[in-house]
Amino acid sequence: MANQQISRGTTPGLSVKKSLRPSGLEPVLFHSFNTVFMICLVLVTLYPFINTIAVSFNAGNDTIRGGIYLWPRVWTTQNYKAIFASGTIYDAFWISVARTVISTILNIFLTTMLAYTLSRKDYVFRKPITIIFVLTMYFSAGLIPNYFLIKDLNLLGSFWVYIFPTMISAFNMIVIRTYIGTIPESLLESARIDGAGDFKIFMRVVLPLCKPVLATIALFVAVGAWNSWFDAFIYTSSKQSLSTLQYELMKLLSSTMNSNSNPNVAAGVGMDRDSAKAMVTPLSIRAAITIVASVPILVVYPFMQKYFVVGLNVGSVKE
Amino acid sequence: MDETLGKETVALHPKKRKKQPITWSLIKNQNQLIWMSVPLLLYIVLFAYVPVWGWTMAFQNYRPGRSFSEQEWVGFKQFKFLFTDDNFLRVLRNTLAMGMINLVLGFVTAIVLALLLNEIRKMFWKRIVQTISYLPHFLSWIIVTGIVATSLSINDGIVNIVLMKLHIIKDPILWLSEGKYFWGIVGASHVWKEVGWNTIIYLAAIASIDPALYEAAEIDGASRYKKMRFVTLPGIKATIVILLIMSVGHVLEAGFEVQYLLGNGLVMDWSETIDIFVLKYGLAQGNYSLATAGGIFKTVVSVTLLLMANWTAKRLGEERLL
Repeated sequence: MANQQISRGTTPGLSVKKSLRPSGLEPVLFHSFNTVFMICLVLVTLYPFINTIAVSFNAGNDTIRGGIYLWPRVWTTQNYKAIFASGTIYDAFWISVARTVISTILNIFLTTMLAYTLSRKDYVFRKPITIIFVLTMYFSAGLIPNYFLIKDLNLLGSFWVYIFPTMISAFNMIVIRTYIGTIPESLLESARIDGAGDFKIFMRVVLPLCKPVLATIALFVAVGAWNSWFDAFIYTSSKQSLSTLQYELMKLLSSTMNSNSNPNVAAGVGMDRDSAKAMVTPLSIRAAITIVASVPILVVYPFMQKYFVVGLNVGSVKE
Repeated sequence: MDETLGKETVALHPKKRKKQPITWSLIKNQNQLIWMSVPLLLYIVLFAYVPVWGWTMAFQNYRPGRSFSEQEWVGFKQFKFLFTDDNFLRVLRNTLAMGMINLVLGFVTAIVLALLLNEIRKMFWKRIVQTISYLPHFLSWIIVTGIVATSLSINDGIVNIVLMKLHIIKDPILWLSEGKYFWGIVGASHVWKEVGWNTIIYLAAIASIDPALYEAAEIDGASRYKKMRFVTLPGIKATIVILLIMSVGHVLEAGFEVQYLLGNGLVMDWSETIDIFVLKYGLAQGNYSLATAGGIFKTVVSVTLLLMANWTAKRLGEERLL
């Protein structure tokens, strides 16, 4: 990769740079333009989010009147109370949490374990297993055959349909394998001399050393699991007890979108009857669920920023 | 660089060993490695390869409840039907159009944004803008389409309000009810969600450009534009080419969630993609054979595109993707 180039010392050039930097109108104009552009970008990115927060804290019957932009007009926490008082959404929240946690742990553990075995150049089955996994990045059997597989495995309407089909990702495996390749051979060798078996080396040496790359990939896997709704939609939609937060949100979305002109029509969707007071409308409930569904991720990702590029490094994807 | 070279020399010895036949003692020696990987191999075979057997449905007149030997074989009838079916040709057009729009818009916006972000002098502000621009990437399409629908809404949607305040339009527009806007909306939604995220890889590539090149350009009196044009862009050319080629391979994959969630009866002719076609005919109407045929077509085209992309990348002397 080109970005492995080490930047040379810049000190000699620095003085030259300062004296030769073009002065005049152009830089000022450019930087004003750039600043304005960045402010617009930030506004366009954040406004819908702030607006959703405002709506989620605004009384539902007041939101219908319109004119909520950055700040709630009739402040209330009723929308959030309604979500957590509602059995369906409360359950869906915990199903989402459970699938995210279990998926992430299993996926990271199994993918890293596989990556370790395939990073061992002396492993007898290294070649065939690598090829079989890499090929899965190229094709997919498609929706219908996969549906039949899940049906034949008796996973329709089961919690495990959220976990099993996504336990290993070939792409992540290659990223992790490349990272394991950077671990000094001597470290593994010394563990071997101390009498550790391969599994022990994996658990005690490789896993701890892979923490930075695993943190990033865990974030990607967790976000994927938390955000997915399609599996709930096609595999478990007949079982309300297995519904996820995103799927509940999707049902609310379609009900509010189709009744855009009169949000009252769909009142009661996703809520228990007793909590469906006049103050709470599908629109405001949707805003509150949107916030609940996005806050967990938004709290975590800024801290992982410096590792993001690891997971995206195309150069590392090579056989 | 030195590191990889070193490893290559180390790897020479195991290479000799690899030529040895697989012996029982070797397998016994590596039994832990085998236990750690072979069950996972069986897992992937079950979940990724076994379903391919279902492709046989596309060559049958599949009826649920019958055993495999009782199914009626019809050859390529389903495929012939697909390519004479107006519906399928339309979803094919939509898939290609939206795929291309997303590809072009996604590339141009990400590169421009990366160049502009790179010009922010204060590290602190650069970080802040970057962090904020990544935010939508982490939201699900459910949330994003909810936001898009709210923003485009006729009563109180921010897009209509801003456009009316700027006197670009007189009356609010029903954005999501007219087919002619749909592709643009999908493209814009993709840009909103992914543009910040897509800059990461370009910024990494820009950061690896030798600063001496900029200094030399400055001494030669290059303006900011010239430095972008003659130093930065050539510096990230390899990255752009690789990503572009890879995206071409995935062009058919750009269409399910947004289109499904934002689409409605009024814009159906513009919004439906191959994946939605498969879902509709397969799971909703039970026409499994036709739906599978549609799915196979998509997979085959995708794989062909990816292989061509790989081959092109190799030809151009860039690093291979796989």
